Amino acid sequence: MIVRMPILQVQNLVKKFNGTTAVDGISFAIEEGKITGLLGPNGAGKTTTILMLLDLVTPTGGTISIFGKDMRHHREEILSKVNFSSPYVALPSNMKVWENLTTFARLYGVKDVKGKIEELVDFFDIRAFLPKMTATLSTGQLTRLNLTKALLNDPKLLFLDEPTASLDPDIADRTRTMLKRIQKERGVTILYTSHNMAEIDELCERVIFLQAGKIVDDGTPKELVIKYGRKDLNEVFLSIARNNNHASTQN
Amino acid sequence: MRLHRISALLFRHLYLYKRSVPRLMDVFFWPVIELLLWGFISLYLQKFDMGGLNIVTVLLGAIIFWDLLSQSQRAVSVAFLEDVWERNFLNIFVTPLTVGEFMVSAVLLGLVRVALVGAVMAVLAFALYHLNIFAFGFSLIPFAANLLLFGWAAGLFATAIILRYGTSAQVIAFSLLFLVQPLSAVFYPASVLPEGVRFFAYLLPSTHVFEGMRTVIATGSFPYAELGWAFLTNAICLFLSIRYFYYMFARVKEQGRLMKLD
Repeated sequence: MIVRMPILQVQNLVKKFNGTTAVDGISFAIEEGKITGLLGPNGAGKTTTILMLLDLVTPTGGTISIFGKDMRHHREEILSKVNFSSPYVALPSNMKVWENLTTFARLYGVKDVKGKIEELVDFFDIRAFLPKMTATLSTGQLTRLNLTKALLNDPKLLFLDEPTASLDPDIADRTRTMLKRIQKERGVTILYTSHNMAEIDELCERVIFLQAGKIVDDGTPKELVIKYGRKDLNEVFLSIARNNNHASTQN
Repeated sequence: MRLHRISALLFRHLYLYKRSVPRLMDVFFWPVIELLLWGFISLYLQKFDMGGLNIVTVLLGAIIFWDLLSQSQRAVSVAFLEDVWERNFLNIFVTPLTVGEFMVSAVLLGLVRVALVGAVMAVLAFALYHLNIFAFGFSLIPFAANLLLFGWAAGLFATAIILRYGTSAQVIAFSLLFLVQPLSAVFYPASVLPEGVRFFAYLLPSTHVFEGMRTVIATGSFPYAELGWAFLTNAICLFLSIRYFYYMFARVKEQGRLMKLD
């Protein structure tokens, strides 16, 4: 049996904003080469957790270790091997596609900038867009551009925040296929958030459920469906979200 | 500090400048308009007896150097605002870019803008009003360097304020220096300021620079004391601005407002 080392380890992570606890002492580890879903209703603490993992929000307490190194002391080294993509964080629309890709390749210290961009634009089929202004791209094309940017530094760990949000079913399906290909061919570890449970079921080997800043469950999609005695992951999500609301009302 | 990250951000801005008319206007249009306006005022005033004072040199020299200061400050603040307006701040700070590298790239952009504006204004001043600002040799260079430094300090300070209060405070990027202009003795000697105000005026590096430059133009002698004060006050301003920027950046990260900067 092969024992995989955790690529990401979070211990007792806490974030409070003006006395309100957004993330409440969560601990988890993610193994290398897997796609893990971070799920939960709006306000559960998913985005805050990801932002802390990217050192964009300073935790109130706890530790984050990526590649076995503490984020507080090895930020530059860690972030050079990590990347992030979200439809809510746009690349500058007033720049051409090739300018955006060149800028980010340089920021990540890519050795062969031109070669790397050539390789990725073919992978994502966006070569024709290179001379275009980013503002002129459609939502689906922007998603592919964001993913291209996210792979410029050959990341070992990739954070994807609802990458298929606002895509039509066809483009969303193509994007999922692309993500599976990336994970398979490049062995990238992915932490994935989405509100589309069918998508999570299709992509993720493991899911972590957050509710009110705490981890309320953790397992494979299949395990959780069985555990909650539900038809699918969507029903598991509703069960977790609504049980808690019910409990809150009673309190 | 990694040069490739600093140059990446610098080029990111230069890509925009090379095709954006509004940006090029921001660099060239207002300085040229000011040069024309003050040039004609100077020509008019020259008809009066000014006690041997070369009004064209004094006023046009002042406006050229004031614009260098203004460009240096605006370049730093607007470079930051570009990323806020484009909601790109998060993208650049999930890269290994450090806050120090971010600041250095912004001040280098200021240097590029100052070089461009300085060259255009110097050529125009010579062509239109026969004013050769290089006639003073190397005497004005250390003073011009101090204006560049003060522009960086003011730019970083304005940027830190915008970090804290968001784009509702962005007007400060375009107006901060006008708050200190009356005290900086740009067009008149600091001695005309009321005594109580003069003390505060001398806390500004810009006051020592403009006083020093007038001495160079009027007497040809080099005012070492003014230059020393300019460097000293600039060092303090730069130190405080950089510290303040780091402090605000850390606070914004603590408050989780980096993603909501708009």
